[in-house]
Amino acid sequence: MARKLNLRIWRGDATDGGLKDVQVDVNEGEVVLDVIHRVQATQMGDLAVRWNCKAGKCGSCSMEINGKPRLACMTQVASFDENETITVTPLRAFPVIKDLVTDVSFNYKKAMEVPAYEHPKELAPGEARMEQIDVERSQEFRKCIECFLCQDVCHVIRDHEENKKSFAGPRFFIRIAELDMHPLDTLKNRKRKAQEEHGIGMCNITKCCTEVCPEHIKITDNAIIPMKERVVDIKYDPARMFAGILKREKRN
Amino acid sequence: MSGVFSPTRAKIKERTLRTDKWWLEPAITFGVLFSFVIYATFRAFEGANYYAQHLISPFYSPCLSEACVPEATMFGWTPVSAEIFNFALSPALIILIFPLGFRMTCYYYRKAYYRSFWMSPPACAVAEPHKKYTGETRAPLILQNAHRWFFYFGLIFNVILSYDAVISFKNPEGEWGHMSVGSLVLVVSSTLLWFYSLSCHSCRHTVGGRLKHFSKHPVRYKIWSWVSVLNHSHQKFAWYSLLAVAFADIYVRQVASGAWTNFYFF
Repeated sequence: MARKLNLRIWRGDATDGGLKDVQVDVNEGEVVLDVIHRVQATQMGDLAVRWNCKAGKCGSCSMEINGKPRLACMTQVASFDENETITVTPLRAFPVIKDLVTDVSFNYKKAMEVPAYEHPKELAPGEARMEQIDVERSQEFRKCIECFLCQDVCHVIRDHEENKKSFAGPRFFIRIAELDMHPLDTLKNRKRKAQEEHGIGMCNITKCCTEVCPEHIKITDNAIIPMKERVVDIKYDPARMFAGILKREKRN
Repeated sequence: MSGVFSPTRAKIKERTLRTDKWWLEPAITFGVLFSFVIYATFRAFEGANYYAQHLISPFYSPCLSEACVPEATMFGWTPVSAEIFNFALSPALIILIFPLGFRMTCYYYRKAYYRSFWMSPPACAVAEPHKKYTGETRAPLILQNAHRWFFYFGLIFNVILSYDAVISFKNPEGEWGHMSVGSLVLVVSSTLLWFYSLSCHSCRHTVGGRLKHFSKHPVRYKIWSWVSVLNHSHQKFAWYSLLAVAFADIYVRQVASGAWTNFYFF
């Protein structure tokens, strides 16, 4: 049974824009991306929206729905009150290109700054073996679909454009944590780089990244805080310094 | 213009478009924490009504000052002078830095007070009012990295407060094997403090989180797994233990001042 839905969509580009009201049919079981597509098909033929899988696995349809960073394909219209107007805007942490599409290239630049996995030289390809319990730990982080909702909601860059140059953001802290916890990774100084180059010290643990993650990755508890503790190991723990362990830690 | 109002971003004049009651959680957090701070400050300076009938307030334990009631001290050990620079020092002021430091640097409380007191940010996707932000990279917030030190001191305090709970199983005449409402209050308070400490992120890191190879350290991995289970509820333990400690202090104060009678079950 179709009903009418009041929708407000942000339309514009980097120079100007604003919220436009539309009324659109919505059917039972539909998600916000469905009604955006219907608006595009019937009322706003030039509406720009990025999407791909419609299954919550590609991370393309990230936008802000009623002010919250969410995937449009995973947000049921039925989760809102019937008379509620749903407001849809582009991600507010990144430069807007057109309508609901933003330029997320910041994230790809940050991805390139994270040093890749370094395989032990003594092990030939195919010789490496890992126990299941070691695999499981980083498996959680591999669920990331790179929707960048965590990057969008993080106030360090969302509210402070100037921090973008020195802060990698939650998505890349889970990448760094995954590599630092990898039993076979041999790269030196990953912890020190996390603090001094990727800006993990700027995170103040307000856990918004965890709240918005559509894959329910415990970004703060399982990646950022453990990395902060690892940084404490090598930089702020006098007992470890006295014990001479710091020297060994530096190699990790 | 910075943040969500930066020139390249979508032109939206509202600081947030959230329609839910995002302000409610930080408002409640602010109210509860602020009330606790006011009460704890008053009690820390009061310097009285912290001991009665083998019950000692957790705010005053260990009682290390020469000003302490003799029964409240640990085996009569009072290494700290009652006055410093002619200022009468309440016994609570000597020790409160440790539990206070543990909670102030706690990863959960950081979230709570950064949001509710400092509004950095007040809630997710709600623009914060500050023009500049450097996080925990410089003084004073870089001191948050001392959390594990407060955790270690906190464990010592937990042992002492557990000892206090055991001592409370005496009747006013000093005979063992009696249990009062006060005993129950101190047992609950010290137990919740253990849960709060053992669920701490620094504890999780220390027992096994810092390892690269879980498979090479099966015992530490097992302990890490247990602490991880507790860690899921760290926020709850933070609140429950805070309220339990506050209530334990209120209870001892009321009994010590004669306002309440400590009922004995047996």
